[in-house]
Amino acid sequence: MLLEVAGLKKSFGSIIVADDLGLAIAPGEAVGIIGPNGAGKTTLFNLIAGSISASAGSIRFDGRDLSGVPPQGRCRAGIGRTHQIPQPFEKLTVFENLLVGAVYGGRKAEHEATQSCGEILERLGLLKRANTLAGSLTLLERKRLEMARVLATEPKLLLLDEIAGGLTEGECAELVATIRDIRESGVAILWIEHVVHALLAVIDRLIVLNFGRKIAEGSPKEVMQRPDVHQIYIGIEA
Amino acid sequence: MGEAAAKPTQTFRTGTAGRAPGAIAAIACVMLLALALLPVVAGRNLIQDMIFLFYMLALAQCWNLLAGYAGLISVGQQAFVGLGGYLLFALTLLGGIDPLLAIPLAGLVSALFALPTAFIVFRLRGAYFAIGTWVVAEVYRLVFAQFKPLGGGTGMSLTPSITSSVPGIEWVKALLNVRTPAARDLISYWAALALMVGTLGFVYLVLRSRRGLALGAIRDHEGAAAGLGVDIYRVKLAVYVATAAMTGMIGALIYLQKARISPDAAFSVTDWTAYVVFIVVIGGIGTIEGPVVGAVIFYLLQRYLADFGASYLILLGTLGIVVMLFAPKGLWGLITERYDLALFPTRRRLVIPPRAEIARRVDFPK
Repeated sequence: MLLEVAGLKKSFGSIIVADDLGLAIAPGEAVGIIGPNGAGKTTLFNLIAGSISASAGSIRFDGRDLSGVPPQGRCRAGIGRTHQIPQPFEKLTVFENLLVGAVYGGRKAEHEATQSCGEILERLGLLKRANTLAGSLTLLERKRLEMARVLATEPKLLLLDEIAGGLTEGECAELVATIRDIRESGVAILWIEHVVHALLAVIDRLIVLNFGRKIAEGSPKEVMQRPDVHQIYIGIEA
Repeated sequence: MGEAAAKPTQTFRTGTAGRAPGAIAAIACVMLLALALLPVVAGRNLIQDMIFLFYMLALAQCWNLLAGYAGLISVGQQAFVGLGGYLLFALTLLGGIDPLLAIPLAGLVSALFALPTAFIVFRLRGAYFAIGTWVVAEVYRLVFAQFKPLGGGTGMSLTPSITSSVPGIEWVKALLNVRTPAARDLISYWAALALMVGTLGFVYLVLRSRRGLALGAIRDHEGAAAGLGVDIYRVKLAVYVATAAMTGMIGALIYLQKARISPDAAFSVTDWTAYVVFIVVIGGIGTIEGPVVGAVIFYLLQRYLADFGASYLILLGTLGIVVMLFAPKGLWGLITERYDLALFPTRRRLVIPPRAEIARRVDFPK
């Protein structure tokens, strides 16, 4: 297994955001996570990416225990993460944003990184904007940059946090095509998404979280038909 | 999408930004030469003013790297100015070392002091870090006030034998036909010029190196930088120690020129941090040009308005507040909003071969 999470616990005061969570992802696999707001989806990403630490439980990646490994170490190990609200380096150009990922996360020399960053920008349709300041990008472009920058670190596992939210149908379809393409290049994907139809177009397996617990897991079709999932998700499903 | 997208369709390379880097470099060289030759024509007052401008500019560059890029809002840099100054006195008076050699040594020792200081203050964040650095600077001041061989609380002066023993002083006296005190100022002038250019060059090279990428990322979004593999603690520690070394050297030079030191003056938060913050803020924090613009403006204000005493300080404060409210990016920020200008281009440009646009249209049918 590429990622193995077992017995993960985390609470903020009296609010439990991760309660005995466990999941596993094989190399190259695409897994979706759904759940109502406050179910602990983003917290799970924060725990995996190392921006917060768990109260209990273990996270293993690529056969290595990640406890005590800081975010930069996890990135270098191959965990790439996008944020729900894009966090670009606004006063750097789009290209420089990617360079940060390639040079520090991907541990490349700058001249080596140039070529791969250019290719990623081309792949994500950002080439025209390469020398623009990231602060002047539109929402769609910011989301693409968020993904492009993580791809520059050459991750083995890509954590996508609601990347399709707020996009039009056409933009969303384009994004799905891009994510499929990334997946075909061998990168495993763990994707939190409220736009369920986008998710279902890519993933092999679906996990449902509620109140920090895993309440369902299986093939997307089966899971979506379960009455309890339906009940929790009614009114939210797109 | 498909196969075409997966394989490279062209070769990319990096270029540097800036309209005419050659022209700017040429102007910089001419300016540098003019500044180096200024003592031939300038009077002693102007030389002393320029020394002040140079070291304030150098201090501002250091603080800008620290606060504007690494996010370390220190209000305790006077710790290293004072430390550098006292080290110069200790090394020359007690150690009998040549004053010009004592300057780099003071920088080295300042860096050694900065390391344990960092281990303490780096445990604090944000406003607490700022207060912590100030407290540390006060501790430095109190320690030096207790140290009797260096004059204790009242301070002391450099002996004339030391101030006149600066290497090259006889040569300057003969060449420009000046007396010893004026010749001493000229040596200080060239040392200050060298230190200012050195600081500017160092900051520029750091920002153009791979460390510069990390610093830009940390300036814009610390959390995201860590998530992309940047070791924030290491970068910040390196910046803190390097700026301490430079600040220490500047401090040593300042007190070589002043030739008199006391704990209250050497560790003054107003002179060595508040004014420096003012320079960086009105010039434009987080840019390399900002402190240059700010230092020139501060020098002019100081030159023409300092005689008004308290109202001068009120004016400085008001100007600082007005700039923060209406031009938070500083005066350099106002200029770059209108013109795409960079005196010290640090931006990396991706050079896209002309075929790129065609290839993209084929790959992404809309």
